[in-house]
Amino acid sequence: MSRKPGIRFTLFLLLAPAVLWLGLLIVLPHVEILVLSFSERVAPRVYAFGFGNYLEFFTEPLYWRTFARTAIMSILVTALTLVLAFPIALYIARVAQGRVKAMLLLLCLLPFWVSELVRTLGWMMLLRETGVVSYLLQATGLTEQRIEFLYNDGAVILGLVYGGLLFMIVPLANALESLEPAVVEAGFDLGGSRWTVLRRIVVPHAMPGIVAGSIIVFMLTVGNFATPVLLGGKNGLWFTEQIYAQFITRFNWPQGAAFGMLLLLLSSAIVWAGLRLTGQSLGTTLKQA
Amino acid sequence: MTISGASMTQSTDLDLVNVTKRFGSHAAVDDVSFSVAPGEFFSILGPSGCGKTTLMRMIAGFENPTSGDIRIRGTSMIGVPANKRPVNMVFQSLALFPMMSVGENVAYGLSCRGVSRAEAGERASRMLERVGLKGFGERRVTALSGGQRQRVAIARCLVLEPTLVLLDEPLGALDLKLREHMKIELKQLQATFNTTFAYITHDQSEALVMSDRIAVMNQGRFEQVGSPRELYHHPATPFVASFVGETNRWQGEAAAAPQGGVSVRLPSGTVIHGQGRAADKASLAFVRPEAIALAQDPSALGGLPNRFEGRVSAVLFDGANSSLLIETAGFGEPVRAVLPQAGPLAGIQVGAPIHVGWTADAMKVFAT
Repeated sequence: MSRKPGIRFTLFLLLAPAVLWLGLLIVLPHVEILVLSFSERVAPRVYAFGFGNYLEFFTEPLYWRTFARTAIMSILVTALTLVLAFPIALYIARVAQGRVKAMLLLLCLLPFWVSELVRTLGWMMLLRETGVVSYLLQATGLTEQRIEFLYNDGAVILGLVYGGLLFMIVPLANALESLEPAVVEAGFDLGGSRWTVLRRIVVPHAMPGIVAGSIIVFMLTVGNFATPVLLGGKNGLWFTEQIYAQFITRFNWPQGAAFGMLLLLLSSAIVWAGLRLTGQSLGTTLKQA
Repeated sequence: MTISGASMTQSTDLDLVNVTKRFGSHAAVDDVSFSVAPGEFFSILGPSGCGKTTLMRMIAGFENPTSGDIRIRGTSMIGVPANKRPVNMVFQSLALFPMMSVGENVAYGLSCRGVSRAEAGERASRMLERVGLKGFGERRVTALSGGQRQRVAIARCLVLEPTLVLLDEPLGALDLKLREHMKIELKQLQATFNTTFAYITHDQSEALVMSDRIAVMNQGRFEQVGSPRELYHHPATPFVASFVGETNRWQGEAAAAPQGGVSVRLPSGTVIHGQGRAADKASLAFVRPEAIALAQDPSALGGLPNRFEGRVSAVLFDGANSSLLIETAGFGEPVRAVLPQAGPLAGIQVGAPIHVGWTADAMKVFAT
C-alpha cells in the first residue's frame, strides 16, 4: 500500500509527454480556434460573439461548393486508392515471400523519404506542358503539339492517390496477412469461384484493414494542401486553400477558424458514416492500423 | 467391408492410378495406386513427411500430380480445379470461416452452387440438426467448443452430398478425451450418411478404430493396404509391423527352421523361433506385447517354442493398457509384455523373477 503513491507518480511522469502533447498541441489550439470562429468583427479591433462566420459559409456559394467538391473528390481518391492498393497488398501479403516481401514494402516506402513538396514538384516536371510526358508524346509522334497535363482534376487526383497509396497498402497487407491459407482453400474446396472467395472470405476478413486504410487516406486527402495547390493550380479549389486564404491573405482569422471547424466536422462526419456503413467499430479499426 | 454400390456400373468412388508427385528431384508421392469403394472409410496412415498430405491435396485439387491419374467415379480429375470436384475436405485446422455464422458456414457451399438463400439456410439448419447442433445456426464459430467446431466442419462438407469427403488429421488439435469421443462420433456419422471417407492420420489408433481399410504410407509409397486386422496381425513389411501397434523388435540372423518356420539367432547367440520368409540374412523379428505369455511357474509355458526367464525391470501401469518391461538374458532390450490387470500377476513388483514365452506364429520375421 505504501508503494502506491510512488507508482502513481511514475505513471504520471510517463504519461506527461503524451498529455502535454495532446493538451498543448491539439486540444488547446482547437478550443482557441472554436472560440475564434464565433467572434465577429463589429468595428475595427472590436469583436463580438456571433454566428456570422458560419452564415458567411452558407451564403457564399464559392465556399460551400469548394467544400462539397473537396469532400466528393476525397471520397473518390480514397476509393481509387483502395482499388489500386488491394491487389498490391494481396500480392505482398499472400504471394511474396521473405526478402521479396520486404523489398516490395520498401519500394512502397521509398517515395516517402522525399518530402511531399518535392514529390509533388516531381509530378509537375513530368506533367507540365514542357515536361517529360508531353515531350515523349511529341517525340514519338503521337501528338502534334505539346499537351498540358497539369492544372486539372485528373492531375490533382493522380497526385493525391500517389500520396495515399502507402497508407492504404500497409494496413491492408497487415489485415490480409492474418488470413489463414487453409480458410481460402476451404473457400475454393466448397465450390467457391475466385470472385466468391474474394467477396465472401478475403474482403470481409480484410475489412478492418480496408476501413483503417480508408480513414487514414481520407483524412490525409481532405487536409492536403500542397498537392491540390501545385497540381491543380487555380483550378485546384481545395477547401484547405480557402482556410489558407482567410488566415494568410485576407487576414480574417475568425473566418478561417470557422472554415477549419467545418472541415473538422466534415471529415469526422464522413468517417463516422463510413464506419456505420461497413459495420466496423473504431476500436478494431485502430488496432489494424 | 461391404461394397454398397455393387448395383452401380461404377463400383469405386476413387481411383488413383500410378500417381507420382515430384518437388524438384524429391518424390513426395511415388507411384501410388489404390481404389476406394463407395461408403468405405479409407485411411492413409503414415509418419509426418511421408507424403500423405500431398496425396490428399492432389485428390482435393490443390496440387497436380506429376504423372498418373486421379479418377472419381471413373471420371479423371486431372485439370479439374478444386472448386469443380465432387470432393470436399475437412482441414487439419478445420478452416471454418470466422467471418460467418455457423449457419452461413454450412450454407456457403450450397450458395456457391446457386441454391437460393432461403433453401440453403433451410438445408444448412437441417444438416446442423443431424450432426447434433440444432439451433446453433446463428452463433459465431469462435463461440463453439472444439468438438462442435469439428462437427460444423464436417456438416459443411456433408451438406453438399459429395462423392468423397477428405479428412486431413482433423482430430489432431483436440485433447485426448475429446479425441477418443470424436473417433466414435466420426465413425457413426460416416455410417449414417454412408458417404465415402478418406482419412489421413499419423495416429495408428485413429486409423485402426475408424477405418474399413488402411493404407500404410512411408516415404511416398504405400507399404501395405488392408483391413485394420490384416495390418495388425499380418504386416507385410517391417515398417508396417513396427508402425502399426506396439511391438517388440529384435535384430538377428535368420535361418530356415526344420518345422517350416524361421529361426533367428540374436547377436547374443540366443535363438528364437517365428514365421517368415527370410533365410540366412540379417532379419528383424517382431512380437506383439499381448502375444507374450507370462508365468511365475515355467511349467505353465510348457508347450511354447520360445521360453525365457527374466526379471521385471519396470511396471508401466496404464489401466487396461498396462505392461511390463522384462530384463531377459540374451535380449539386448527388455521384452515388453502386456500385464493383464485381472490376472494373478496384477500386483507384480519390479525385481520379481518371471517367465516369458510366445508361439512361433506370434513372431513375424522380415529380411531387413
